[in-house]
Amino acid sequence: MTPVEKIGPKRLVVGAHYGTLDFIAQRVTAIIMAVYTLVLLVGILTMSGFTYAGWKNLFTFTCFMLPVGQILATLAIISLAWHAWIGVRDIWMDYVKPVGLRLFLMVLTILWLVGSIVYFVHTLWRV
Amino acid sequence: MSDTAPKPRPQFRNISPVDLMNYRLPMAGKVSILHRVSGALLFLCLPLLIALFAMSFVSESGFNAMSTVAGNPIVKLILLVLIWGYLHHFCAGIRYLVLDLHIGMDKESAAKSASMVLGVSLALTLVFGLKLFGVW
Repeated sequence: MTPVEKIGPKRLVVGAHYGTLDFIAQRVTAIIMAVYTLVLLVGILTMSGFTYAGWKNLFTFTCFMLPVGQILATLAIISLAWHAWIGVRDIWMDYVKPVGLRLFLMVLTILWLVGSIVYFVHTLWRV
Repeated sequence: MSDTAPKPRPQFRNISPVDLMNYRLPMAGKVSILHRVSGALLFLCLPLLIALFAMSFVSESGFNAMSTVAGNPIVKLILLVLIWGYLHHFCAGIRYLVLDLHIGMDKESAAKSASMVLGVSLALTLVFGLKLFGVW
């Protein structure tokens, strides 16, 4: 009988996704943030003087009455949190071996990131 | 049978912090660990950055007060480190996306692109740093 630990086409595959979603999410969110960074940079460089009105407009401009500036910034912070979750979770998985402590740190990470999203989105949409 | 079996490669296991000081990482290794360190740093400082953003964004008086806050040398230093962290993470991340496409995978190109990431992010940090410290 083939040993079950054999890696390759004959491996006994059971239900698991082997981190494919995380791999793709990490890269897609990275691209979203990189593009948004460049959009902001172009916005700042093409501003006529670095004023409060111009700065605010970067995040509140509208397009056909839609709050596009706020929507883009919200998508960016969600991408950031998802990206950071994967990266920080990998750090805990690499260096923290006791399961209880690792779980505790992961929960703390989620609270930290969700708290950051709420803080940012609240600030962004109340003006 | 071949008698030219390769010599076993040296193994480095359970490296202590003291060993780490003497362990010479290749360029790509330096970029890799700095990618992790800069990411962790940005993660830890995220609420601080959002607080600064909130201050500058919510009111004009807050926006104007930013120059006072950023005038504090300690805040300036923290910002400079975070600017480096963002730039390094950005540049190294672009390198990884390119490597994902199987471009520049050979040893020489990988070492070259790693040096480029370190150099470009430090150079850009210098540019933003000069701006931050009001040199121009």
